[in-house]
Amino acid sequence: MIKHDKIERNATLLLVLSLLVVTIGGLVEIAPLYYIENTIEKVKGVRPYTPLELAGRNIYIREGCYVCHSQMVRPFRDEVERYGHYSLAAESMYDHPFQWGSKRTGPDLARVGGKYSDDWHVGHLKDPRALVPESVMPGYSFMASAELRTDDIAAHLKANSMIGVPYSEDMVANALADLKAQAGADEDGVEGLRARYGERTLARDFGGNGKKITEMDALVAYLQMLGTLVDFSAYKSDAPENLR
Amino acid sequence: MIPAAKMIALAIAALFALVLAAKATDSLFAVHAWIAFLFCLGAIAITLKVMPMGKAAKAGEQGKYLDSVIKAGTIATVFWGVTGLLVGVVIALQLSYPALNLDLPWTTFGRLRPLHTSAVIFAFGGNALIATSFYVVQRTTGARLALGNTAWFVFWGYQLFIVLAATGYVLGVTQSKEYAEPEWYVDLWLTVVWVAYLAVFLGTLYKRKEPHIYVANWFYLSFIVTVAMLHVVNNLSLPVSVFGAKSYILWSGVQDALTQWWYGHNAVGFFLTAGFLGMMYYFVPKRVGRPVYSYRLSIVHFWTLIFLYIWAGPHHLHYTALPDWAQTLGMVFSIMLWMPSWGGMINGLMTLSGAWDKMRTDPIIRMMVLAIAFYGMSTFEGPMMSIKSVNSLSHYTDWTIGHVHSGALGWVGMISFGAVYFLVPKLWGRKELYSLRLVNWHFWLATLGIVFYASAMWVSGIMQGLMWREYSELGFLVYSFAESVERMHPFYVIRAAGGLLYLTGALVMAYNVWRTILGHERSERPVGMPAAART
Repeated sequence: MIKHDKIERNATLLLVLSLLVVTIGGLVEIAPLYYIENTIEKVKGVRPYTPLELAGRNIYIREGCYVCHSQMVRPFRDEVERYGHYSLAAESMYDHPFQWGSKRTGPDLARVGGKYSDDWHVGHLKDPRALVPESVMPGYSFMASAELRTDDIAAHLKANSMIGVPYSEDMVANALADLKAQAGADEDGVEGLRARYGERTLARDFGGNGKKITEMDALVAYLQMLGTLVDFSAYKSDAPENLR
Repeated sequence: MIPAAKMIALAIAALFALVLAAKATDSLFAVHAWIAFLFCLGAIAITLKVMPMGKAAKAGEQGKYLDSVIKAGTIATVFWGVTGLLVGVVIALQLSYPALNLDLPWTTFGRLRPLHTSAVIFAFGGNALIATSFYVVQRTTGARLALGNTAWFVFWGYQLFIVLAATGYVLGVTQSKEYAEPEWYVDLWLTVVWVAYLAVFLGTLYKRKEPHIYVANWFYLSFIVTVAMLHVVNNLSLPVSVFGAKSYILWSGVQDALTQWWYGHNAVGFFLTAGFLGMMYYFVPKRVGRPVYSYRLSIVHFWTLIFLYIWAGPHHLHYTALPDWAQTLGMVFSIMLWMPSWGGMINGLMTLSGAWDKMRTDPIIRMMVLAIAFYGMSTFEGPMMSIKSVNSLSHYTDWTIGHVHSGALGWVGMISFGAVYFLVPKLWGRKELYSLRLVNWHFWLATLGIVFYASAMWVSGIMQGLMWREYSELGFLVYSFAESVERMHPFYVIRAAGGLLYLTGALVMAYNVWRTILGHERSERPVGMPAAART
């Protein structure tokens, strides 16, 4: 151990060597995810979040839903039967940050979209045990009356576009209009919304409380689109480009 | 720094905070700007108060070591420890009795859980690490902390970070990356504080009067520098407005997932392991009065530990949409990690060779030994859980929570308590603690608490995993998800009871530390006195 003596006598050497040693693992594991082409599958249907969905997603993040709900269905028989098709990397490619989660105190939500009615979601969020007696989820009745902040929604889209989410200038310019249209506050705007985000984009009064756009509207809009974007009839899981 | 320059710097910082508060685009950002402003005012007030007593301050500075900041750090460790554990008990009760969420925005489990994890990891653990590293680096180098009072900036800067993070969670400011929830501006502030911390620590090493750098300092140094790297990369983000709280992380989806768990697992590996191993390498030999068991082993396990740990992140993403090659790589390295971990355990435990009898008479040593034993247990369990087939059952369940807590309560908690008990009499110049018998009480309360906690989570976690995958003879899933939640109730109650025991132990410590600081000494029968000698 004569050589180690040198390191023990030189603080700079110790610092540099330990920094070198700890960088290797991360470089080898993370960097290839950016250039190996089949890291993210080629699928049809994945699009950026609409302004209302993005706002809903931010509420999901704010409330720490990820603490108890995963959004990552693993390729096991029981999970696929319980939740639906296993999750693809492509489905979260526009997620800044990802919401895969690490714990299921409650069920996985990766494919919750379309499984329950809006009414169910609103009722369940307000008082979970009224619909699921065994639930240990907190109630979020305050969301039904909390008005959604919308004045800076274009800035949110803009920030996302700057870090690689393909929001067009048209989308950013119409962010507020699209948000209102999707929340059911402006029926004339729905056509433009669907032209920008696709024909299957849902638009209605998700929170069920009329013209006022609340946090409940946004959160339910987000939940109702989760896991519904990919067209699985066109997805071949065993095609060579999708094997990873 | 000369007082005038310091005052000017503080005044500018206060003004800057005021500007941020005035221009804030959302109320939460404004709240944080006001908190920063108040901190600046406090710092100005303290500086003003200290200045007239320049002579006294000078006299303090002439001591060989800068210990006042370590005293503050020790008190902060105890305070945040109790706070973090208390929040833990609260959220454990919320899972048992969901009405306790109160359904107010600020009190739901989703907001309090990050408060708990950050309070115990960063507030309790971080203060313990900063305080002990300042103590150890001075004692093992024979040099006073470098850069004058920068250590005090590190201490107060770190407390401000804690306050900003904690108030943020409750008010709804989070970027949702586990154990890295604070938003961009809090991250920036922590970076400043952390660079100052590195400068003080490294500067002290440069000033050392001993030719060799003691092994504890290798661990502290690698912890400081690696956490800096992890923190910066994982938190790179673009704020929506420079006067607003919300930001978007640069990474997305699968890349963000691996970056996050590269960070998250090494928050465990470097914050909660390497740093606390540094603690072990100083306080165990000191308290036992024996040299470290093997110098060679410490070299081998140091370099292998820091090299292997960084690869282990992908085991948090088994069977997810992360490419298979990365998962397998993560698994292989996680299993290899078992060896250097046990190298550390062996080195710690075997340091007691020839002094095992002290386990009977010194409850502080007993605490340290239990900590190392738990380190060994959780670093065996971890590699086991990283095996993909085991992970397919354990992932997403409370087994993981049990695993984390056997490490956190058993290893991190106990070794820190041991260090606090060692430090307090030394720092305040007392002969011994107020009461060693109370340490014994703390030991048993904590141990019993961990047993309740971990066994409840192990059993219920495996039950959960099995229920989710249970098929009937006819090929249908047997249980709905809600049924698995219902079955968790008794285990959640047992877990909360275990947590309460552990918290009670920490309160006993707080009392003991307080009385020791006051200079009291309890007249009591020594621990482990043979029965025949009792009257």
